[in-house]
Order: sequence, then structure tokens, then C-alpha cells
Amino acid sequence: MAAIRLRDLFAVVMLFGIYSLVSASLFVILDAVDVAFTEASVGAGVSTVFMLGTLALTTSREKTPTAHKPLLPLLVVTITGLALVYGTWDIPPYGDPANPIHHHLVQRFIEDSPQEIGIPNVVTSVLASYRGYDTLGETTVVFTAAIGVLVLVGGARRRRSRKDEPK
Amino acid sequence: MKRYTIPRLGTKLLLPLILLFALYVQFHGDYGPGGGFQAGVIFGAGFILYALIYGLDHAHRLMPLWLLRIGISLGVLIYASVGLVGLLLGGNYLDYGVLDHHDPAHGQHLGILLVELGVGITVSAVMVTIFYAFAGRGR
Repeated sequence: MAAIRLRDLFAVVMLFGIYSLVSASLFVILDAVDVAFTEASVGAGVSTVFMLGTLALTTSREKTPTAHKPLLPLLVVTITGLALVYGTWDIPPYGDPANPIHHHLVQRFIEDSPQEIGIPNVVTSVLASYRGYDTLGETTVVFTAAIGVLVLVGGARRRRSRKDEPK
Repeated sequence: MKRYTIPRLGTKLLLPLILLFALYVQFHGDYGPGGGFQAGVIFGAGFILYALIYGLDHAHRLMPLWLLRIGISLGVLIYASVGLVGLLLGGNYLDYGVLDHHDPAHGQHLGILLVELGVGITVSAVMVTIFYAFAGRGR
């Protein structure tokens, strides 16, 4: 809530960092250590630095929007929220051993992965071997993102310096 | 930042530990939490810290841009070529079991290690590249 109310974007970035750190500890409590690791290093660490870098390039004050009617956005948000809440009724209760997620793939992974892969960390074997295509796709997405950033932000410096040369 | 003694000395103390921890996360990902992605982010964060404290020029000398560009593509290339090697050895694409003739589990082990290495190289290079791009733009 504070992140929405605040107009000082520097504080907003810091709040998001703290939020990421808190959710990382929440993941630890849920026994998802790998996810917590990612959240702590990416969410709380690197992305905060990138946000601060962006603020240094632009401005750290949010522009106050011109007055507009809040009725239509409020209606859309309310309907979407109600639809989402309606969707949660079908979600099986958390921690119930009879949940479908515990019965099909997970059982097979946990029982067969020590023989098939021979690696104690099942998360790694699922991520890198059973779901190898998926992780290859993710790596390609990171690769593409870097190229996109280089095209948008990195190339501009070269163009500017070339413009400076004739002076 | 160059004028402040405590951040500089703190960075000097922390940097080797950060890089070592990144390598630990990278190669211990088979046994504990972690893996290529997390290790790459930590490794990149180490260089970002160095660039923040000592300035972009020193960081460029330590980790030049051409090396990063090679790293970005090299990681994806390693990943994809591990899959191709499996294909050449008679398995399916990205099936690491065929990498070792005697024990498929050993092949899986090797394949996962190489693939995670590819992910780590790409992710760390990407992180530092994005930081360079943002930090270099402001000057």
C-alpha cells in the first residue's frame, strides 16, 4: 500500500527490495529453498540495483497524473478481483496430501530420480534434465533480454559519442 | 565512491568471498540449493559491486565489454551444444544419459553440470552487461 501512495520513487524501490527479501524468507518457511535463493538474489539484490540505475537516468519523483475519472478503472479492478476470488474456490487446500500435485509427476520424480539421475537435489535434476527444454528456453529468454537492453540503452552512447567527435 | 575508505576496504574483503560463494552455488547445485541461475546472478552482483565502488572504468578494465558479449552467447551455445552432442551420440536432444557409455546416471551428472555452467555464464554476463549499459548511459 505504501508503495502505491508514495511519490518518492527511491523509497518505492527500497520498499520493493524489502518486500522481495520478506517473500524470500516466506519461501524458506515453505521449504522452497531454491526459489527463495532466486528471490533473494534477483528480487532483493540485482533488480534493486537496476531500478536505482534507472532512477539515476530518469528522475526519482513520480509525476502526478492529470485528473481523470476513477470510476471505470475501479469497476474493471473490482470485476477482475471478484473473478480471481471466485477462481480460488476451486484450488485444493494447502498441504493436503490428497492434492493432485502430489500424485502424478512428483511421486515419479522423487522415487526414480536417484536411480535415473543420481543427484540428491531433485529440484536441479528436474530443472536441468527432465525439463531441459524449458530451461534452455529460459536461458534464451535471458539472452534475448540482454540483446534488447543493449539495443535500447547500450547503443545510444556510441551514437552520442560519434556526434560529439566533429566538434 | 572512490574517496570513501570503508566501502572500498569492505569491497576488497567481500569480493573474493562473493565470487567464491557464486562458484560454490554453481558447482554444488547438484547437492544443495542453487544452480546456474542463482550462481550467475551472484557472480554478476560481485562485479556490479566492484563497478559501484571503484568506478566504471576500473570495472571495464577487469571485465571488458567484448568478453561479456562473448559470455552472453557462449552460455547459450554450451547449453544447446550439449543437447546436440547427445543427439550425435544416438540419444534424444538434451538427453544426457548417452554422454557416458557405462552409466547413464554419470552421463546425466555431466550433462547437468555442463548445462548449469552454460546458464551461469550467460546469466552473469547478462547481469553485468545490463548494469554497464545503465551506468554508462548516465555519463
